[in-house]
Parts: sequence; structure tokens; C-alpha cells
Amino acid sequence: MELVLQQALNGALLSVFYAVMAVGFTLIFGVMGVLNLAHGELYMVGAYVVWLTYAQGVLPFPVAILAGAGIVAAIGIGMERAFFRPMRAKPLMGLILSVGMIFILQVFVATTWHVGLMKNISPAIKGSVRILGAIAPWQRLIVIPAAVALIGGLWFFLRRTKQGQSLRAAAQDPEAAALQGISIDRTGMMAMGIGAALAGTAGGLMAPIMRVDPYMGHTALIMALMVTIVGGLGSIEGAMIASLIYGFMIAFITGYFPQEICSPATMAIIAGALLMFIVLAVRPRGIMGRA
Amino acid sequence: MPKIRGGYLGLGILFAVMAAMPFVLAEYRLTTVLLMLIWIIVAVSYRLLATTGEFSLGHVVVMGIGAYASGIMGRQMGMPFWISAPIGGLIGAGFAAATARPLFRMKGFYFLLGSFALGEAIRLCFRGFKFPFGGEGGYWYIPTPSIGSFTFDSTFSYFYLTLGVAAACLFVLYRIDQSRIGKAMVAIHSQDSLCESLGINILGYKTLAYIVASFFAGIAGALLAHYMTTASPPQFSISVMLPVLVWVIVGGVNTFWGPIAGVFTLYSIQEQLRGVLAEYMPMFYGIILIAVVFALPGGLESLPARVTEWRRARRERLGAVG
Repeated sequence: MELVLQQALNGALLSVFYAVMAVGFTLIFGVMGVLNLAHGELYMVGAYVVWLTYAQGVLPFPVAILAGAGIVAAIGIGMERAFFRPMRAKPLMGLILSVGMIFILQVFVATTWHVGLMKNISPAIKGSVRILGAIAPWQRLIVIPAAVALIGGLWFFLRRTKQGQSLRAAAQDPEAAALQGISIDRTGMMAMGIGAALAGTAGGLMAPIMRVDPYMGHTALIMALMVTIVGGLGSIEGAMIASLIYGFMIAFITGYFPQEICSPATMAIIAGALLMFIVLAVRPRGIMGRA
Repeated sequence: MPKIRGGYLGLGILFAVMAAMPFVLAEYRLTTVLLMLIWIIVAVSYRLLATTGEFSLGHVVVMGIGAYASGIMGRQMGMPFWISAPIGGLIGAGFAAATARPLFRMKGFYFLLGSFALGEAIRLCFRGFKFPFGGEGGYWYIPTPSIGSFTFDSTFSYFYLTLGVAAACLFVLYRIDQSRIGKAMVAIHSQDSLCESLGINILGYKTLAYIVASFFAGIAGALLAHYMTTASPPQFSISVMLPVLVWVIVGGVNTFWGPIAGVFTLYSIQEQLRGVLAEYMPMFYGIILIAVVFALPGGLESLPARVTEWRRARRERLGAVG
């Protein structure tokens, strides 16, 4: 029972983490029609900002996360201006340019702060609670409400504000939106800024829990891709549903798969990749994607 | 048919120059050229699939399938390299044949992502399953190829083995490129609905391109595994796939020579930067990739045509003045 609950807690944590990553990724795709493969690297930069500022005692934890989100949003907006806007007619070239960005960001971080050293970040909120026998450190627990608040905020922004509605209009039909006087340049920049800021925040929130290194974006990108595809490319609701499926699936496979056959953490990603492949082959538009 | 003859001459010169390398270069540099030959096979076979318009992110995983298959058969069953390597290629091709149907239901982005998911699942099987793949540490003690009592255990001898295999592979790939089949594959890329109306079986050609490309990737993987005597999961990860994509994009996919030019150019730069700037290498890859996409969208292969055009324009300008 305790083990089940422990895995359920892990599943909830992973779900919200995947949701924050995938929602940003899918928002960028929905509005701009480009797959930003450097999304994992934006997440990595967010984690590094927290390491540089909070772990070195410069800023308190929440401020460090905000600083990370701001810096990453600036990088994202820069990418939109430099790469995605000129390549709007050629989305595959936009994707290839984001591959170039992966290399640049990884090398920049690796050479500036070096790879070998483990970046240990002590938890900002110490202690833990016991819930029915399962142990939940506060640092992990706090991620859940923070992520839910972020996604709730985005939801409110997209549904209830004029800016958010223009974003959704541009996602639905860029030409019609442009005819209504919505600037496609502006919506692209907003989507990229928000999507990148979400990735940066996810990096900051996860920095004390995960191992911080220049290549941590790799796994984060794979998870965001799988969740986004299963949810349906461009669909925020789909990404949220799929992140719940993935979060709990990964947590339970990691917890229960027999070690002797295959390492459980690896098995979990194999299952995730196969699920994504099956969805792509059978129903490419995913759970909620438009046909 | 002078153009075709020119192509064979080009291949002949390329391999003649390569054959002289062991007498010119120090041994550690020779290793680089050897690996470059293997990557040329990978890049040229990758182009075959790319000409049909679909970019795969699973090509180096197919290479891994060839590497593991040939390695396991060599060590576990004592099979000689000359049999296990072609079988490795055939297993790669068989994998392609088995996965072509679901994969080609996808197009564009979806194909890219589907090939990535499938490739990552296979690669993680190499990492996760200790039996038979050796798990995270990889598969070790893959035997070195030999004929009778002669083993190809020096870089010098293995270089000529690689050169021979690469020459054979590129010859066949060039034949395919020049044949009607190769031309149909290129036509699919630019005009797929027109092709369909002319009765060209698009799915059939795409599947064929994928199977043939996978066969050669498998052979290249076997060459790599028997040289290294190991096969390990990181050798076939996305961080290895992305440079292949960069070579092919930087070189260009419209002609047979584009990917070769891409591998050759970037490998040479990499070799010059070795030592001091090695850790910056991926960043140069990124910058070169971005520069090519913006400044030279046709890749390096479009450079001669561009230069000719520029010179003609200049001549005309001068003519107008005079």
C-alpha cells in the first residue's frame, strides 16, 4: 500500500512536470507551426540559472526561478525573431535551425560551467511529510501546486484575455486571424516567449530534484515529444491528458518492472516511445488533435 | 552518357586518393579517415531515403541493429565477419521492411517524430536488456575480421577493409541513384501527386528506399562494431543522429555528391579543431548548420552552380560596360 502510494505521488509529480513542458511545446507548435527541438535545452538553461543564482546564495529560490523563466523567455523570443520568423513558410527548416540551437546552448553551458562537476542544489524547503506511510519531501510536493497554478494561469490567459484569444485565433487559422488585424509576428513572439518561459520554470522547479547537467534537456525533450504527440500536436487539453497518462505509466513501470530483465527506468521510456509510435501509426492526430 | 562516366571517374578518384592515405597520414589521423569512410556510407544511404522527401531520425539506430547483430553472431556463434556483416545489413533491411508500413502512414513532421520514437525504443532495448545486448556498458569482445591466418587487427589493414566495403557500397548506391528507380525517388520528393497520377507507386518506392538505405546502414554499423570491437547504446543515440542530419543538410540532398561533400568538409574542420577547441565542435556544427540554411539553402553541392552563375553575371556586367 505504501509503495503504491509512493509511486502514485511520483506519478503526480511526473505528470505535472511533463504537463508544463508539453503545454509550452505544443503551444509553440500550435501558433507557429514549428517543432522547437531545442525545448529541452531551454529547460536545461532554466535549471542552470537556478543553480547559478540560488545554489550560490545570490537569490532566494522563488526569485531564482523567475529569473530563469525571464532569461529563457528572452532566448526563446530571440530564436523566434532570428529563426522561426524568417522560416515561417518552411517549417522543416525551422526545426533544423532549432537543432543548431541545441548544439549551441549545450556547448555554451558545458564550456562555461563545465560538465564533470555534479551540480548539487540543496532543497529550498527542507523536511518532508508522511501521507499514509508514504514519504513526500516538501521540495517535491511543492512542484505540484506550482505547476498546476502555472497551467491554470495559462488557461485563464488563453480563454479570458484579449491577448490570449488572439493567440488561439492565430493557432486556429493564421490567415483569417491576420485579416482580423491580429499581428502574426506578435502572436508568434508571445507563443515562443510563453512556451520558453514554461520550459525555463520547469527547469528551475526540477533543478533541486533532478541532476543538473548540460545534457539533461535530452530526456526532457523526449518526454515532451511523447506527451505532445499522444495528446495531439497543437492541443493543450490533449497535452494535459497525455501527461497524466505518461506520468503515472512511467512512475509505475519504474516502480514495479523486474530489474533482472531490464532496468525499470529504461523500460519505462521504451514503453512510452512504443505508445507514441502506436498512436502515430494508428491515430496521428492523437487524443485531442485536429484532423 | 558522358555524365554517368564522369560520376564513375569521380568515385574512382575519390577511392584512389583514399587508398594513398595510409602512406601519407599518421596512424591516429588514419583512424579519423577510416571513421569518415564509415560515416560516408551512412550519409549517402541516408540521402537515398531523404530524396523521397522523408527525413528519418532513426537511421543510426538501424546502423546499431547491424552492429549488434553482426557482433553477437560473430562472438556467440563464431561466425566470420564476411558472413555476419551482410547478415547484419539484411537484419537492418528486415527491420525496415517490418516497420515501413506504420512509418509511412506518417509524413513530414510526423514521420520524423515516428522514426525517432521507434529508434529510441530500439536503442533503449540495447541499453535495458542485459541479455542479449550487454546492457548499459555495451556488447564487448566482438571478434576482429580475418582471412585464414591474417587478421585485420591494425588500423592500417582495417582501413583497406573499410575502403573496400565502402567502395562496393558507394558503387551500388551510385548505380541506384543513376537508375530509373533513383530518378523516380527524386521525382516523388518534388511532385508526389503528379507522380501518383502517372502511375508511380509512391509507397512502394519510399519503402524500397528505406529498405535499401537500412541495409547499407546495417553494413556500416557492422564495420564500426568490428573495428571498435564493441557496440554500445550511446554510439547510436540522437546525439550521433543529429550530426548525420547536419552533414546531409550542409552537403545537400539533390545530388549523390552532396552528403559526401558534407561529411568530408565537416570532418576536415573537426580534425583541424581537435585538441584546443574540441569541446566547441558541436557549437561550430550548429553555427555552420544555421549559416547554410540561411545563406546556401541548396547545400555545398549547389556551390559550383552558384559560382558559375556569379561569374556569368559578372561577365555580362563587364560586357555591358565594355
